[in-house]
This record gives sequence, C-alpha cells and structure tokens, in this order.
Amino acid sequence: MALLEVKDIYKSYGNAQILKGISFTMEKHETKVIIGPSGTGKSTLLRCINQLSPPDKGQVWLNGEEITNPKININKIREKIGFVFQDFNLFSHMTALRNVSIGLEKVKKIEKEEASERAMDELRKVGLEIQANQYPGQLSGGQKQRVGIARALAMDPDIILFDEPTSALDPELIGGVLDVMRSLCGKVAMLVVTHEMGFARNVANEIIFMEGGVIVEKGPPKEMFIHAKMTRTREFLGRIGTLYGEEEKGG
Amino acid sequence: MGFAIAIALSMGLIGLVNTLVLTALGILLGTVLGILLAVGRSYGKKPLSLFILIYEKVLRGIPLLVIFFLIYFGLPQIGINLNAITSAILGLGLRSAAYQSQIFRGAINSIPKGQIDAAYSMGMSKLKSVQHIILPQVLRLSIPGWSNEFTILLKDTSIAFTIGVIDLMRQARYIQVREPNLVLVIYLLIAFIYLVFVLSANKGLYYLEKKYQMVGYKTEAHR
Repeated sequence: MALLEVKDIYKSYGNAQILKGISFTMEKHETKVIIGPSGTGKSTLLRCINQLSPPDKGQVWLNGEEITNPKININKIREKIGFVFQDFNLFSHMTALRNVSIGLEKVKKIEKEEASERAMDELRKVGLEIQANQYPGQLSGGQKQRVGIARALAMDPDIILFDEPTSALDPELIGGVLDVMRSLCGKVAMLVVTHEMGFARNVANEIIFMEGGVIVEKGPPKEMFIHAKMTRTREFLGRIGTLYGEEEKGG
Repeated sequence: MGFAIAIALSMGLIGLVNTLVLTALGILLGTVLGILLAVGRSYGKKPLSLFILIYEKVLRGIPLLVIFFLIYFGLPQIGINLNAITSAILGLGLRSAAYQSQIFRGAINSIPKGQIDAAYSMGMSKLKSVQHIILPQVLRLSIPGWSNEFTILLKDTSIAFTIGVIDLMRQARYIQVREPNLVLVIYLLIAFIYLVFVLSANKGLYYLEKKYQMVGYKTEAHR
C-alpha cells in the first residue's frame, strides 16, 4: 500500500483551471521533487493534498484512507502531513521554541514541559538551539525556515510537503536549509516543490515535471537530467540549469 | 468659603465614582461586543456580516446624546424601562462597540493569512487557531487604537449627566448653582480631573503596548 496516492486531481480558481488531472503515488520515506515553470499549479497541488484548498475532483489517499472524503476529520489527518511554506508563516507572537511546541501542546495534548523539551530536540536537529527564545522578527530567513521545518517535524508526520522552501531566501542562506532537508531524507517522506536543481538531482528518488496543470514527465533524476523523453522537459531543465547553476555536484 | 470647598469636594467624589463606573462598564461592554462584531464581520456568513456592517454604520452615525435620549426616554414607550446609569452604560458601550469593531477588524486583517494556513496545517481546528494564533496577536495590535477609544469614551461619559446620571459633570452643575462665584474654579478643576485620568490611562496603556509589542513590529525613530 502506497503512503500517498493522488488520483486524478482537478482544481479551478474561478475560470482559471489550475490542475487538470494529476495522479502519482509516494511510498514511505520517499523523496520526490516537483519542478516546473511558475503558475503551473505546483503549490496548488500541495494545498490540494493537505486540503487547505480541497480539489474540485479526484481523490487523495493517505495510508489507505481517502482524505478527500468530506466526512473525515481533516484536522486529525493534517497532523500526519507536515507543511513547510515559502514565506515560513511562523507565528509572530511566539518564540522559535513556542512555534514548535504549540502544536504538540494544543493539538497533540502533550504536557507543556514535555512539549517544550521535545520542541527543543527538534530545534537542536535543525541547529537552532541557541535561538530557541528568539522571536521570528529576530531570526534570519534561513533560521525562520529551519524553525518552520522543526515545527513540521515536531508533529511526527508521515510526509512533509515543502512549497518552494528556499525561494524567499538569500543565496547564502539556502545551503543551511537544504542541508537540513537532506538530513531528513529517508526518515520521512518528502514532497518538495523547488527550483534547486542540485537538490533535485542528488536527493530525489523521482522528479516530477509539471506544466500547464498536468504532469508532463516523471522519472528518476538521472534519466530526467540526462535523457528526458519530452522536448519540453529538456528545454526547461536546460534553461533552469543555466539560471540556478549546478553547484552541488556529486553526492 | 472653606466649607463650601469641602462640600464641593465630597460631592465631587460621588460623581467621580460614577464617572469611573460608566467608563469601566462602558468600555467593557464595548470591547466584548466589539470583538464579537469584528470576528463576526471577518468570518461570518453574508447575512451576519451585512447586519454587523449596518449596525456599525448606524451607531457611528448617531450623536451620543441622541443615543442616550433614545434609550432613556424612547425605550420606555415600548415597555423597556432602564435607569439612568444603565442607559448611559448601554449607550456608551453600544456605540463604542461599533468603533472598537473597526479597531479589531483592522488587526485581524493585518495578520498574514499564511499563519492561519500554518495553524490548520498542523491540525489545529478553526476555533483553536483563532484562540491561540489570531486573538493573541489581534489584542496586541489593537492596543494603540483601543487606548484612543478608551480616552474618548472616558471623556464622553460627561454627556451622561443630560439624562440624570450623577457623574462628575452633574456634581459640577450642582456646585455651580450653590456657589456661582466659584464657577471658573469648578470647571477648571473638572477639566483637570478628566485630564489626569486621560493622561494616566494613556501612560498605563502605552506601557502595555510596549510590554506586549511583537518583535519585528516595532517602528524605530529614523532621522
């Protein structure tokens, strides 16, 4: 049984049809990267998966349960699906530690002290122990995003959805966030929308190329980068390669 | 002369207490109702938010004196009899709620929508995200606007004497009649008392504002 199954998802906003039948599956602990031009529906797809924007048509299954079923308690399901946002979306009135512990305390109903301890462990994993008592306004973009990842990790999810986690960061801060993500590889399933081709190439089990609301092509990184079947995939990878460089060789 | 001042002071004290009661209960009613109105208008469905919009427009569009007269003199005609002080508190609170709703709604709108997405994404219910994420930030962001409304309401309690509430202003009028020679002193004193109240309220609320200010929301003085 697959961990996540996305079956023929359609989504429109007003007259604009964003997703036109997206299907794929993910296994436990797998890392998949979604690439594609802007406005292609990559973020919308992630929001359809955790039902922040429920799809118009199609189904999402998690651990053999249909989570698009309106009768299901979606809050319970969302505990199992972490989400890391492009703009971090940390809670401004809470310290880094509190940002991570609030979910444990208020959603998982863990005692305050234990929640804080566990939150501290998560911050340690992303290298932010010292910043635990600082507020989002006092952190750099890279640090904020690592808090965002710790916050998602704390809930002990089966899968984490990353929505362009490094796109809002200065180039020199991207490395730290990618390192953290790389360290999670194989421990939790990750579905990552990104333009970081180095990450896609070295870490992903599969790359999904999306354009115009459909999946154009998918496959293991080597196949995709070296001999993609579709001309459009080759064009896109060529262009994005020159734009973003490929500083992360090897690995 | 000394005796007259002693009487004046003790009468003033009674008035003072009522002024404080009007302010405290008026602002309390206004805040509780104001938050409900703001939440209702931001998150409520169409008929509710439309009703709230109309309420706000009407209450902000009528002079306070007219609201007082409507409640105190008007309502008894349809069988609702309220004493003067209750009428005044109700009038002050209902009007203040219309203004405070704007303050809270502005604060609600200024919280990035992404934070609510983040709260939902970790499995929080709508109610929990309002309770733990939205409301604590809304209250912090509302302090400056709320302080302003507080001082306005405090000063507006002085109109309540027109429907017979024995407040600071009413007592000043009594004393004026008894001691016409002191009229300038009396009203200077009254003015001074209001001023002291307003300034100390401002000071206290400014302290709160600083204490609960969210890091990163501070604007620093620039050259």
